[in-house]
Amino acid sequence: MTSNAAHRMEERDGAQVLVLSGTMTLSGLGTLADDLERLPNPPHHIDLGEIDRIDTIGAWVIHRTQKRFAVPVSGGSGDVIRLLNQVTHAEQPVQIHPDHTPPWQRVMAEIGAGSIQAMRTLKGLLGFFGAVIMSLGHVITHPRKIRFHAVVHRFETVGVQALAIIGLMSFLIGIVIAQQGAVQLRQFGAEVFTINLIGRLTTRELGILMTAIMVAGRSGSAFAAQIGSMKLAEEVDAMRTIGVSPMEALVLPRIIATVVLMPLLGCYASLIAILGGGLFCWISLEIPPVTFVQRIREVVLITDLWVGLIKAPVFGWIIAMSGCFQGMQVQGNNEEVGLKTTAAVVQAIFLVIVLDAFFAVFFTSIGWN
Amino acid sequence: MDSADPIIRVRGLRNQFDDQIVHEALDLDVRRGEILGVVGGSGTGKSVLMRSIIGLQSPVAGEITVFGEQMLGREDAEVWQVRRRWGVLFQGGALFSTLTVAENVEVPIREFYPQLSEQLLDEIAAYKVVMTGLPAEAGPKYPSQLSGGMRKRAGLARALALDPELLFLDEPTAGLDPISAAAFDALILELKETLGLTVFLITHDLDTLYAICDRVAVLADRKVVAVGTIAELMALNHPWIQEYFNGPRGRAATQAVDRHKKVRSDQD
Repeated sequence: MTSNAAHRMEERDGAQVLVLSGTMTLSGLGTLADDLERLPNPPHHIDLGEIDRIDTIGAWVIHRTQKRFAVPVSGGSGDVIRLLNQVTHAEQPVQIHPDHTPPWQRVMAEIGAGSIQAMRTLKGLLGFFGAVIMSLGHVITHPRKIRFHAVVHRFETVGVQALAIIGLMSFLIGIVIAQQGAVQLRQFGAEVFTINLIGRLTTRELGILMTAIMVAGRSGSAFAAQIGSMKLAEEVDAMRTIGVSPMEALVLPRIIATVVLMPLLGCYASLIAILGGGLFCWISLEIPPVTFVQRIREVVLITDLWVGLIKAPVFGWIIAMSGCFQGMQVQGNNEEVGLKTTAAVVQAIFLVIVLDAFFAVFFTSIGWN
Repeated sequence: MDSADPIIRVRGLRNQFDDQIVHEALDLDVRRGEILGVVGGSGTGKSVLMRSIIGLQSPVAGEITVFGEQMLGREDAEVWQVRRRWGVLFQGGALFSTLTVAENVEVPIREFYPQLSEQLLDEIAAYKVVMTGLPAEAGPKYPSQLSGGMRKRAGLARALALDPELLFLDEPTAGLDPISAAAFDALILELKETLGLTVFLITHDLDTLYAICDRVAVLADRKVVAVGTIAELMALNHPWIQEYFNGPRGRAATQAVDRHKKVRSDQD
């Protein structure tokens, strides 16, 4: 077992000599580097004769000490001298950390970059919208190009597999609306209006909106991730070279499937929510199911259903388009797939809510309220 | 050099994923100070072997000793001492993407030797970066800003951060252009000679095998079927080895090495 690295000053022929000894390796170094830094007086030279073992880090410590005092070394064995030369040779100023920018500058830069990015995304999305419309037109005039298999496959992943989770969510939302509504309406002795609340709110707004959010989270993100990883694996490029349009093969089936399924899922969600609300009314407010159904039929206007059914395909279009658009934007590395998937969901939900607000104003203005 | 005391000693290794047996009764020795090339067809478990040795994969059975320390079935804390004596270069470099190249190099030193001063740490990272052949400007760059070859060098700088005695390289020249690959080979050879490294090198690259490996281990039929110099291996009558070294690419590499040697001796 060799000893740890050590240093001592020795008087030789009237000159101070710094003698290094022991194991000058990273593990044997201990506090030697700090000790050498604190040496008050420069030695005449550094004696390396008593070093047992050395690695590049030990050699570096010798090199920096030698450089600080600008003194020669002596007595090193072959290994010591070789490594010392090696590290001396590799000495160059290297910046360790990236350049530091002041926070205010960074904030401004980020706001700027964010704005440009937002404009670019908007422009890209509009361009993509146009491309989808054009390839849709192409497919409609050449119906044999529609990929029914792909569309049906998407029906399954977007629709059938989402039934359980959307059902559960809607059921619980129905109960929550009923429960919260009942608490408030009870103050006016108008508990029975809970039924109006459940019926109209779910068919007009919540059934579709919550379904849209769920579909954006489940399928919009999946679209972005699928297309994104295909883009990374150059599958999309391969398609283009073979003459297959990625728009027709990848994007349209997803959009068509989502547009078709959103009204169905929305309807289903509204029904289940009404069911949940009805159950709550029956158990908690003691309104029998027959009365509940009768009231629902009286208060829910057919226009309420239309409002929901008109919004649903538009939302479906937005969700699928955001997903596919963001997926197509992926380039470079795997991290991009994650970023774009997140972007797809955020964008889809944001656009859905903005459009929902427009729809609300529009339907009110045409008197469907 | 004591061949009776290998740096890595693998005995009776068995690796299995579900029904698929990757290794069975695999034995391997890596001697001090050598560059051992590990070759084998795709799916013969070269990477799995490396991952078993460095403890990222738990074998079903077998015995692995590194620096004379039993590695299997022990707590992380117990093999801590061994872990800091080796460095690993993964295939893609496996640099931490949120840190710069130089910060990447500092990570292992910080982890194992927290007492070093920031100043010294920065200096060490700086010369390590230069030593692996990266330009000084690469220090503050993020891995995503580097080319594949530079990323490998940066990965090597991090693997060498602790001045390891043993270096694991997983296909270091894969995906590099021939010039970068040759430069990388030369770098590894140079580092091995100056730092006295022992290198465990997985490769598909025949040129690398010829250029820098002292011995080559051939993985086939779930075990190491042969270990030896290329000349020794070529004398063996194993179909895969014959195909490998005497196939068109193997012959081309042999001729290239011969030509290269001739040019060198002409110059001398």
